[in-house]
Amino acid sequence: MTILHKTKSSAETAKLGFKIGKSLRSGAIVALTGDLGAGKTCFTKGLVKGTGIKAAVKSPTFVLLHIYTGKVPVYHYDCYRLKGPADMEKIGYEEYFYGDGITVIEWADRIPEIIPESAVRVVFRIMPGNLREIEIEGASI
Amino acid sequence: MAKPEPVIIGIETSCDDTSAGIVQGGSKILSNVVSSQIKIHSEFGGVVPELASRSHLENIYIVVGEALKQAGLQFEDLYGVAVTYGPGLVGSLLVGIEAAKAISYVYKIPLIGVNHLEGHIFSSLLEGQSFKFPFIALIVSGGHTELVKVSGFGEYSIIGQTRDDAVGEVFDKVAKLLDLGYPGGPKVEKLANLATFGVKFPEAVMKDGSFDFSFSGLKTAVRNFKNSGKNTDNNSLCAGFQDAVIAALLNKTFAVAAKNRIKRIVLGGGVIANKTICAEFVKRGKKEGIELFFPSSKLCTDNGAMIALAGYLKYQRKEFCDYDLNADPGLTL
Repeated sequence: MTILHKTKSSAETAKLGFKIGKSLRSGAIVALTGDLGAGKTCFTKGLVKGTGIKAAVKSPTFVLLHIYTGKVPVYHYDCYRLKGPADMEKIGYEEYFYGDGITVIEWADRIPEIIPESAVRVVFRIMPGNLREIEIEGASI
Repeated sequence: MAKPEPVIIGIETSCDDTSAGIVQGGSKILSNVVSSQIKIHSEFGGVVPELASRSHLENIYIVVGEALKQAGLQFEDLYGVAVTYGPGLVGSLLVGIEAAKAISYVYKIPLIGVNHLEGHIFSSLLEGQSFKFPFIALIVSGGHTELVKVSGFGEYSIIGQTRDDAVGEVFDKVAKLLDLGYPGGPKVEKLANLATFGVKFPEAVMKDGSFDFSFSGLKTAVRNFKNSGKNTDNNSLCAGFQDAVIAALLNKTFAVAAKNRIKRIVLGGGVIANKTICAEFVKRGKKEGIELFFPSSKLCTDNGAMIALAGYLKYQRKEFCDYDLNADPGLTL
């Protein structure tokens, strides 16, 4: 099922992430897609908080992966600088994707081949008036 | 005859580049090899392709060998082996750590674990600069934005960091938004230099009065301006963007120095290769009576020599590691 949300501010985007984060179980994979500045990292901030982890969530664009530790750890990937799935293999993604944490992937459209069917898919669109349209598929909130 | 100064090799594999540098006595660089900056002709006549920039495992022995060759040394000449053990990507870090352990074990020299950020903090010492403690360090790169009070070697307190994008990252992303190509930092600086005026962008100020940075909003502001249909060229956008970044870096760093009554500021990290940023820091420093130290651009980016230098400082203190040294991806100062 796909649900369309509209947010008017980064706080609202984070709040939506928080709700998703609360609903996730260990093993979940969340694939985020959207343009630069569309709100992916902001959404992830809320999501991580929703899982109960108090951590400073920052963009992992350069380091590719941030790990936030908690009862259920969150693996925060950013594929912005990657060319494709082969790059993910080089950094050993399987250990995390199929581990016991929650995996969030920014720029998931760079690696469509390795996003599992069961993943929650979130698409961000920037609309006129600095609004965001956020389409969520596969989550129950 | 005076006792020769110890020679330390530094290995750095925390992010994209595989690098090894050899430093003698804490300031003399004997070699500094970075995988992406050289084309290494292997004995098979091949060239390490750029594609392999992330393949530390394929690069490490070539890079270490090249560092020794350029220094005119052999493994037996080394006094210690220093290696970055965090922060960074675990798989990448492990390649460097395991190589360092092997060298340490075979040649019976101490293994020294170095925090990547410590390398950046002290990198300007490699060019004969010298500064006393305490000082305020600003480390800005693609992956880091750290404002640190340094009271002594190994005595750090983080005063501010980014809450979203790192400085180097936002330079690259703005370059992407404006279709300027990669790497974005130098392109943005170049266009900014051509501008006759800069678009005014707001400087992010933290509501809670903290010294943290936020650059995500600035990125969005640039995009919104670009899409607003206003007739502005990329030069003015780049100039305005760069001005806003510089204002944030300057204001916070100097405010922290003033608050702590510290008269020295040390810069490091890839973003410091931006000449405009350095010039503005120097200018403000002169005005406020604060001394500025920063490395030349080739030592700003990730390199093995800075790890060797930090390793040397630890070597002098006999801060050695056992073979259970592990990668620490989230290591802080």
